Amino acid sequence: MTGFLVRRLLQTLVTLFMVTVITFVLCQVLPGDPALARAGSEGASKELIEAARKDLGLDQPLPVQYAKWMGAMLTGDFGLSTRSRVPVTELFAQRLPVTLEVLVFAVIYALALGIPLGVISALYANTWIDTTGTVIAVTGVAMPQYFQGMLLILVLSVWLGWLPASGYVPPSQGLWANLLGMVMPAITLGSVVAAEVMRQLRSSMLEVLGEEYVQTARAKGVSESGVILRHALRNALIPVVTIIGMRIGRLIGGIVVIEVVFSMPGIGQLLMNSVLNNDFPVVQAGVLMVAVVVTLINLVTDVSYMFIDPRIRHA
Amino acid sequence: MTAGAKSRRRIRPSLWLSVAVLAVLASFAVLNTAVAPYDALDIAFTPLEAPSLKHPFGIDHLGRDVFSRFVGGTRISFIIGLASSFFAAAIGSAIGLLAAYFVPLRAFLMRLMDAIWAFPTILLAMALAVSLQPGIVTVIIAVVVVYVPLFARLVYAQAIALLERDYILAARAFGCRPLRLLLTHVLPNLAAPVIVQATLTLGSSIVLESSLSFLGIGIQPPTPSWGVMIQSGYKWLETAAWISVLPGLGIYVTVISFSVLGDYLRIRLDPRQLSGKA
Repeated sequence: MTGFLVRRLLQTLVTLFMVTVITFVLCQVLPGDPALARAGSEGASKELIEAARKDLGLDQPLPVQYAKWMGAMLTGDFGLSTRSRVPVTELFAQRLPVTLEVLVFAVIYALALGIPLGVISALYANTWIDTTGTVIAVTGVAMPQYFQGMLLILVLSVWLGWLPASGYVPPSQGLWANLLGMVMPAITLGSVVAAEVMRQLRSSMLEVLGEEYVQTARAKGVSESGVILRHALRNALIPVVTIIGMRIGRLIGGIVVIEVVFSMPGIGQLLMNSVLNNDFPVVQAGVLMVAVVVTLINLVTDVSYMFIDPRIRHA
Repeated sequence: MTAGAKSRRRIRPSLWLSVAVLAVLASFAVLNTAVAPYDALDIAFTPLEAPSLKHPFGIDHLGRDVFSRFVGGTRISFIIGLASSFFAAAIGSAIGLLAAYFVPLRAFLMRLMDAIWAFPTILLAMALAVSLQPGIVTVIIAVVVVYVPLFARLVYAQAIALLERDYILAARAFGCRPLRLLLTHVLPNLAAPVIVQATLTLGSSIVLESSLSFLGIGIQPPTPSWGVMIQSGYKWLETAAWISVLPGLGIYVTVISFSVLGDYLRIRLDPRQLSGKA
């Protein structure tokens, strides 16, 4: 077990190193010249551009640039945004609460919808209830998220007028308005995870319900709801944990589209704008941060899976 | 398990429907201008006119026939879907095979795949799409890079197990060269899961293309891509919903059809080897 942990940790370190290299290389090939941006615009003299290049360390060989960049990152220095001259960390800190709030609500929505639907579909397998559940799940996966968002806006705000179409209200300016604004982004972002939780739970519930210990529980007179909730569901949820772990990483990617569709001032929108404006430091920091978080979540998922399921521990 | 038999029975009507839908869309993609009643770029009609017999999908905000643009978008979607899942499958399988066979390369290749997989699809595709000239080729490259790790991991996991089999050991003992071994003994046994995954990836790459185009960094207007159409109709949702809702439904139906087809192939070609991960 310790061997597995150590090996998994080492793997993660290697992956993280490659993640930083890829991010670095990716930003090297982004169009636009940061030295030119620093020196002013097109009109700057050659000397001025050269001075800026030297100033930014862009005249040094790539490995040296990489080492310097990595060193700065490790000490938490992500540089200044080339566009607004604000420290990158500050830009992210301002926007993080918005993104986190959407993520948290999306996961809550996914579980609140996915778990009951999964259980019900398994209990009523191959009936119209099950079919309806499958159709909901397939829709969640197959429909592009931005399109789901648009349809929600069309129905819930344009036609029914129940919810604000877009924008973000900070909780300090009204908790209710803030929550109302979260409904559609959370549903849109969470639908894919809800669908996957549902499908996974349906199949693992079906498998567990056929096991002998469930029969035994029934035979010794445990009530039906007790059998389902205490004996079957608890075991059926194990594979669902992995799904959630894997998908949280994917959710973070989906946030870009969601924040653009619902005009929410979060990290996704910041990244989108920075990519369009060639704001290297912001893109670099953002992409790196997200990839690191995803890698760590994968590690945590693997390790927690090992603790939940003893069969893996002893394998 | 009986689930395989059950879904095989259940899948039939939806399978035929999906095949029919894909056949119609594929004919749109191939015949393109022969099917489209008007020029997809021609600003010739009254803007925002509702769907009618003459214009089944209505007119967009600039006065273009939405059905003709829809047909053009089908072509873009199919080109990008087919090309990117083909290249992702080919490159990913090659990497997976190499990593499985050549032990010294293994750690490097598979950790590299992990690293690429750690970047959220949209973010990675965004960064790639912006670094190159916008257009079809760029979108294909971005989608391929994003999905290569999927195939590499799939092929790697299966190939590792295959390489332990007796018949492979026998082939090796007879002095079979690595390339021949991989291509004639290992690869054919992996074809089924790769084909299934490629069919499912077809749908995902069409969604990814449309998302990039929707964000303005994929296919550039006025070229009719479904993502571009949805984006351009976004502002007119209230008064002329057909401009974006119809191409959106197009994507939805296409992706579902590919996934039904993929699920069918999964059961048909290979009931045991594939796990549930898409």
